[in-house]
Amino acid sequence: MKPSSFAYAKTRSLDETIGLLEQHRDEARIIAGGQSLMALLNLRLSAPKLLVDINGIAGLDGIALDGGDLKIGALVRHSAAQKSPLVARHAPLLALALPHVAHPAIRNRGTVGGSIALADPAAELPACLLALGGAVEIAGPGGMRTVAADDFFQGLYQTALGPDEVLTAIRLPAAGETTRVAFAELARRHGDFALVGLAASARAEGDRLEDLRLAFLSVALTPVRARRAETVLNGQRLGSLPVDEAVAALADDLDPDGDIHASREMKMHLAGVLLRRVAAQLERPVP
Amino acid sequence: MNQTSTRITLTVNGGRVDETVECRKTLVDFLREDLGLTGSHVGCEHGVCGACTVRVDGSIVRGCLILAVQCDGAEVETIEGLSDSAEIADLQENFIARNALQCGYCTPGMLMAAAELLAEGGVPSREAIREYISGNYCRCTGYQAIVDAVEATARQRAGRTS
Amino acid sequence: MTGTAETGSAPGLLPIDRPNSYIGRSVPRPNLKRLVQGRGEYVSDIVLPRMAHVVFVRSPFAHARIVSIDAAEARRMPGVIAVVTGAELAKVITPWVGVLTHLKGLKSAPQHAIAIDRACWQGEAVAAVVARSRAEAEDAAECVQVDYEPLPVVADMETALDPDTPVIHPELGDNLAFERAHVAGDPQAGFDSADHVVETVFGFGRHTGVTLEPRAVVADYNPGEDRLTVYQGTQAPHMVQNLLAKHLDLPERQVRVVCKDVGGSFGIKVHIYADEMATAALSKLLRRPIKFVADRLESFLTDIHARDHRIKARIGVRNDGTITAIEIDDLTGIGPYSMYPRTSAIEANQVVNLVGGAYTCPNYKARARVVFQNKNVMCQYRAVGHPIATAVTEGLVDLAARTVGIDPVEIRRRNLIPDDAHPCASPAGLKFEALSHHASLEKLIAMMDYEGLRREQAALRARGIHRGIGIASFIEITNPGAAFYGVGGARISSQDGASVRLDATGAVIVHTSVTEQGQGTEAVIAQVVATAFGVPLERVRVILGDTDVTPYGGGTWASRGAGIGGEAAWQAGKALRANVLAAAGAMLQADPATLDIRAGVVVDADTGRERVDLAELARVVYFRPDTLPPGFQAEFMAVRHYVPRGYPFAFTNGVQASYLEVDVDTGFVKLLKHWVVEDCGTILNPQLVDEQIRGGVVQGIGAALFEHCLYDGDGQLRNGSMADYLVPMAGEIPDIAVGHCVSRTGDSELGAKGAGEAGTAGAPAAVMNAINDALAPFGARVTAMPFTPETILRAMGKL
Repeated sequence: MKPSSFAYAKTRSLDETIGLLEQHRDEARIIAGGQSLMALLNLRLSAPKLLVDINGIAGLDGIALDGGDLKIGALVRHSAAQKSPLVARHAPLLALALPHVAHPAIRNRGTVGGSIALADPAAELPACLLALGGAVEIAGPGGMRTVAADDFFQGLYQTALGPDEVLTAIRLPAAGETTRVAFAELARRHGDFALVGLAASARAEGDRLEDLRLAFLSVALTPVRARRAETVLNGQRLGSLPVDEAVAALADDLDPDGDIHASREMKMHLAGVLLRRVAAQLERPVP
Repeated sequence: MNQTSTRITLTVNGGRVDETVECRKTLVDFLREDLGLTGSHVGCEHGVCGACTVRVDGSIVRGCLILAVQCDGAEVETIEGLSDSAEIADLQENFIARNALQCGYCTPGMLMAAAELLAEGGVPSREAIREYISGNYCRCTGYQAIVDAVEATARQRAGRTS
Repeated sequence: MTGTAETGSAPGLLPIDRPNSYIGRSVPRPNLKRLVQGRGEYVSDIVLPRMAHVVFVRSPFAHARIVSIDAAEARRMPGVIAVVTGAELAKVITPWVGVLTHLKGLKSAPQHAIAIDRACWQGEAVAAVVARSRAEAEDAAECVQVDYEPLPVVADMETALDPDTPVIHPELGDNLAFERAHVAGDPQAGFDSADHVVETVFGFGRHTGVTLEPRAVVADYNPGEDRLTVYQGTQAPHMVQNLLAKHLDLPERQVRVVCKDVGGSFGIKVHIYADEMATAALSKLLRRPIKFVADRLESFLTDIHARDHRIKARIGVRNDGTITAIEIDDLTGIGPYSMYPRTSAIEANQVVNLVGGAYTCPNYKARARVVFQNKNVMCQYRAVGHPIATAVTEGLVDLAARTVGIDPVEIRRRNLIPDDAHPCASPAGLKFEALSHHASLEKLIAMMDYEGLRREQAALRARGIHRGIGIASFIEITNPGAAFYGVGGARISSQDGASVRLDATGAVIVHTSVTEQGQGTEAVIAQVVATAFGVPLERVRVILGDTDVTPYGGGTWASRGAGIGGEAAWQAGKALRANVLAAAGAMLQADPATLDIRAGVVVDADTGRERVDLAELARVVYFRPDTLPPGFQAEFMAVRHYVPRGYPFAFTNGVQASYLEVDVDTGFVKLLKHWVVEDCGTILNPQLVDEQIRGGVVQGIGAALFEHCLYDGDGQLRNGSMADYLVPMAGEIPDIAVGHCVSRTGDSELGAKGAGEAGTAGAPAAVMNAINDALAPFGARVTAMPFTPETILRAMGKL
């Protein structure tokens, strides 16, 4: 189980990277943390002619408040995000989700940007980005652009990223006094991809739940919002959220395919269980 | 840009290494085949089993999920290095005392993971130990002896520093 | 919590109660120091001059005719040395048929090292690519063009015998590989006399061993001496030697099998696989060393699978809890061939042998049918048949208990064979020398505080938390004599040997025919010899795993290494002591009978007074024999062999308990604690026994909750990677408490039975019974492993 042969370029700037991508198009692949890509290369499920390593680009590994957002550079490792006081304070949803991502050795290498760019529908961070209504910053031949999470995830491993573009950072609205977040997933073993997972963010406006965003993972080709369930719960009184009605609404929101680990019925059932658990978490302020 | 091999310079277990490697070669294959450091093992080659766990620039990584060429300029440490420096001698002694290995194939990777947890200091709970080594597969022991050995090491270290 | 209770053994001094005895002590294993430093030497580490790597082109179809193979492009690829088809390789290696004569009626078809004309399962090798490196061989393998004509696939064992199902090997007439029926007592009368007859169907998911080091072999044929040296991670070096010699047309003396460190075996590496045979054949064909290391995908497709059984079962029980009859009907699918040389009928045969074996009920009826199918081959994996038989038996017993309203512990007390009834025989004809079912059960319930747990369970249940307690008694076959394989014609040694030598500085060198794969064989043999001979442990060096130098023997499998290999070492150590004391007597002008060796010194046996150090004695014997009495010849090496003759197997017994919590919303099971009490006779090294038990339990937990080779209707394995095939990891496994009872076997002086498989034998049943105990308030029951969250929710009617 060895990769097919390829050439390798370690780039030092976004311009250099984009230039290579423009030149090689489909024959090139970016490697950041490589914690998914390397397995695909070893299995020969991916066989690029050129591997473009962006780990040498300076300035993509920062975590900082930027306006009202927490900006996390694409090359920030999962473990760095997990240890970051800024993440803990301003993106508590990420802090809840990160321990569920794989294992320490994977988190030490895997990057936030890589996880978002790969857009694995079973991954935690894409769902968090979606639940938080964040955005991604993208560099391309035409310069920088920002794409909202709602527009970024387009299909199975398909995103708004063009073949000659590089994801440079994600932006998450910084948590405020009224922010409520919740995360829950059901994985067979610690660190496995979940059978179903749910990331949620909202605000507690007085005694009401507002701006709720529910993003499920592992139930579709992308992380997916449960908009009907959001509508059912939005504006409702904390302490008496109409959870049964929200769970019922999932029948309209979700249309999962079964896989070897869980059937469609199982995923639908677990989605309901998770919504109940997440709703219970949302009743409480972020600790 | 079309070269499928390249020259790399890195530090392995404190020593400078200059080698020409195929770009496609994983770090663990490079360590084993080019440097003869066979203490790091290959178990699954898709990042699940943890047998290839090594340290790169101070953090544990999967040796099968990083290319040797990516380690140009890096500092790599393997079980051979950690053994020769005696950095984890206490942990190794506890593994022996507790029979926390049977076939020994997972052991180098397991020690790498446990060493990183222990470096955080304190005495982790058994649950925290199990969580930290949850990405390292051991078919022989059933894990309890490993958890015991890591816990014992943490207690001994905590006792020394308090 | 651990502890040992003596049962069923005579009081007084035993032969093993030597001064300074290491028997029963948890001495550390001598090989660990290098393994923790990464200084092991596994086959995958071995590099030889001119060594090339082989990669096999494997059939993507479960059943297909090989129309043509075009290797022209592959042969032109960089680094490629050869591309070899099955027909080409058949010039240097003959095919084989995996049958044994004592399994009457067992049939199979000839199997080739590389398929010729037809592939019979997804993953069967159809060509070999040999190149300078594994990567280059893989590059070229992608370019080998194989034209397949897909054939009808027999995937489902349930329909394999239907008249309209194609026959995989037409020359065999049907897809039935083996059938066995057994009747004991009067089953019909037994069921007639029952107040209740309860029936259910048990399912066991096909799973596999997942050794962390995949199968690996380096074959080095040297044409200069027409000699083949094979480095292989194997549990049975002499068996491999015999088979390679036979099929490569070499005299057995011209084949040497070397087994260094082995990265996990568990029965996976006790067989000879077609690709391993092919590697040796390629070495002979290409006249250079060839290395084959299965990658993980190949492991899932070709390492033997096991346990794919569907068993209809029923039990008769009276209202007082007396079990009156048991009946089983077992169906198992073994893939397209019976594995070589141990065959794929043993597992089903074991199920028939073992069901009900712990109980007094004399009425037993069983049928087992073993069918061919186009899936990977099944064969013997750790605790062969035991987890199945135990789960069926213990599942039935719990079902009976629930039906008549008796506590699971109580029904076992009423039906398990009394400890004082031994020796006795089971309904299937198994002979039990000395077992301790009741003592073990009582010890277990004390260890786990059974009543306390029941109270806790009831209290939590009232709060909507659903915990379950599961009990499973079991028996285990260990220390097999010739009855396993030898009587069926397989050339697998039943006896093992040890040679013990005293060197000139007092060092003791032991060669043993049993092997080490992590169990601690080296340590146990050293302990036994140090004790028998009378030296400090550190003076003993154990050498194993080399057919050129060790005594001839069977190796380490079927929980036989310590019990059989240990006894041989014990006898050899004693014999050497006698030899050395004869020399000491000659040198000291003393009667050897008055002398002993203790802590490396010849002493007066009655007073312990030191007479001469072994190093000094050895110096004289080796360098100054002229000073010894005329005519005296010292013999500082002794060889002994051992095979149990009193009983065909040394049965052990034990009982396990699982405590767990079922999340009734999600179906997820959280294991809270596990207990084992087992009786392996004399415990040579308590720590090693306990760790064998724990590791075995976790493999059993894997079977119960996680592990499953999932095939689709086309015979395609759907989860053949470590990402999708779930093995137990640290986070999901509870702590496991181990206790012991001790019923020695009188077949040997050591009295040790095997302990390597007991954990695996009983754990799935305990977990199953615990889940069903937790689900009892819901009227739900699961009997098909693995018990995934989905199967649990379905049983509860939530899906």
